[in-house]
Amino acid sequence: MTADATPALVEDKQRPAAGPRARKSSAYPRYLAGKVAGAAVSLLAVLVTSFFLFRLIPGDPVKTMTGGRQVSAEQLAAYRDEFGLDLPLWRQFTDYCGKALTGDFGTSYQFRAPVVDKITEALPNTLLLTGTAFVLYTALGIFLGTRSAWRHGKLGDRVNTGLALTLYSIPSFWLGLLLIIVLSVGIGPLPGMFPTGGMESGGEEGFAYVLDVAHHLVLPVVTLVAVEYGQTLLVTRSALLDEMGSDYLTTARAKGLRDDLVRRRHAVPNALLPTVTLIFINLGRTVAGVILVETVFSWPGLGGLFYQALSVPDLPLVQGLFFVFAAAVILMNTLADLVYPLLDPRVAR
Amino acid sequence: MTTSTGTAPSPRALARQRRRASVARFWRQYRSERAGLYGLTALSLCALLALFAPVFVGSDVSSVTEAPGRPMQSPSAEFPLGTDQFGRDLLGLVIWGSRVSLLVGLLAAVLSVAIGTLIGVTAGHFKGWYATVMMRITDWFLVMPTLVLAIALATVMSRSLTTTVVAIGVTTWPTTARLVRAQTLAVETRPYIERAQALGGGHWHIMSRHVLPNVMPLVLAQTTLIISSAILAEATLAFLGLGDPTVVSWGGLLQDAREAGAVSAGDWWYLVPPGIAIAVVALAFTLCGRAVESVLNPRLGVSR
Repeated sequence: MTADATPALVEDKQRPAAGPRARKSSAYPRYLAGKVAGAAVSLLAVLVTSFFLFRLIPGDPVKTMTGGRQVSAEQLAAYRDEFGLDLPLWRQFTDYCGKALTGDFGTSYQFRAPVVDKITEALPNTLLLTGTAFVLYTALGIFLGTRSAWRHGKLGDRVNTGLALTLYSIPSFWLGLLLIIVLSVGIGPLPGMFPTGGMESGGEEGFAYVLDVAHHLVLPVVTLVAVEYGQTLLVTRSALLDEMGSDYLTTARAKGLRDDLVRRRHAVPNALLPTVTLIFINLGRTVAGVILVETVFSWPGLGGLFYQALSVPDLPLVQGLFFVFAAAVILMNTLADLVYPLLDPRVAR
Repeated sequence: MTTSTGTAPSPRALARQRRRASVARFWRQYRSERAGLYGLTALSLCALLALFAPVFVGSDVSSVTEAPGRPMQSPSAEFPLGTDQFGRDLLGLVIWGSRVSLLVGLLAAVLSVAIGTLIGVTAGHFKGWYATVMMRITDWFLVMPTLVLAIALATVMSRSLTTTVVAIGVTTWPTTARLVRAQTLAVETRPYIERAQALGGGHWHIMSRHVLPNVMPLVLAQTTLIISSAILAEATLAFLGLGDPTVVSWGGLLQDAREAGAVSAGDWWYLVPPGIAIAVVALAFTLCGRAVESVLNPRLGVSR
């Protein structure tokens, strides 16, 4: 019996490995070119949107920006000149695109500094927060989603799904505020254990600095993970449930494989593909979560910057950040598209 | 399953009878979804509370000048949830806020689903370049960070409820469009569409009399799910200070709480009720939407 099963197993393992290598010569470059072109079109569309969103909406952007404040006529003229508002619209647009392509998004109205500088300053902080949270919530979501699906209908599954749905319905900023009250400010006999906001206490160096940043990172990351893992859990769970009835799982069990081997080696890898797609499509939601969490925890990243820009409103900065957020999501999705064929040779066909 | 929703050009009574039967069947299956029933109960209570809010609390509850209590009182017998920084009764404000949150969530979802259905049905019915262009646009919106787009829209428009509804509505329709298009494509392969065409039915007739009734159940489920995210989005916009500052909403209450320094003062009683209200309503709509979905799509029903 074992002798009969072995060839099937070997063949099973070889097929996915041989797939992409054999097809790479023909289908993959075309697939790649298509995806990259699609991303380029999307980026261009974002550029166009970011331009027209802030020009064509009723009123003068300078008036929106300076709204209510005392501004002299010279200052108004200077802003009009800076935005090139006196030029015809198509000239404004070509100027904007030309500048944007060289990374120039104008000057921030409130910080009096180039928008690009503000963005590059804040970017690493956001990447640290988002990256940590993304890895954690994806891992947690896939892990719990797998367990849930494998024992679907049981108590553990119901608790898991219920908790995920509840956390998914909670506004991230509210959870953040509550965590600050309970764990940072302290409530009743409970002392404050975590900093209320920011990224560092200052004055720390070397390893102590790393620990300090990690200490500041805990609450924002917990908030993000809590509100985001539910989606991954539900997606993984339903993807795995789709695979559960498949014949190849019955075969694997009939071969005498242990239950957890059937799950880990056979069911999960197949269920992971739709999951990965959806995880990346849902990145947009994570971006929104980051904006709110950074605002609540005064994290010095892009999201916090976005909030500061909104309240003025500092249109060049809002515009630049809008482009960065949208571009980031599009780029991550394209990256995911490029990796799929390596995971699943059927995709590039 | 729900093909008999009165599409056949039979006598009106027959159509009505069929429709009633299918509604009854739907309800019978919905009743077996326990989570869906919890959601529905919670929703009915919230809807009643919002509708009859003027009975429980006077419409002057949001008046800053005629506030009944002292500022920032913690919960007491007189004010069960305490008072805000102007001395207004928080319980009254939370009840009053349900009106705006539910209304905006509902309107935004209806707008979003209407756009999505229109684009989905037309893109599924008319093939060729129109469908290609529409689906390209949909795909593009699908990967866009919706809330960022909504925030950007709300920033450049004036602060009003209409702005909030429009900003949420025009950014959240793509999923509906994709689902509806797929369903339209499936419906249009059926023989009775060909029969209708052979009898001289035009585009409008086919889309409105044959396709639309068949995608309606899907649209219903989608609306329920989108209301949930629209309510969250409304709270988010209000919290970021992009909502209408003159009305009371749950997100606005949270922003007020933050601005009044409730966080650093540890005044948890100010923050907890509006947040719970948002979460309960959003969760209730999600549960209902999932229940409707699994009734309409038996394959999903297994995965409940």
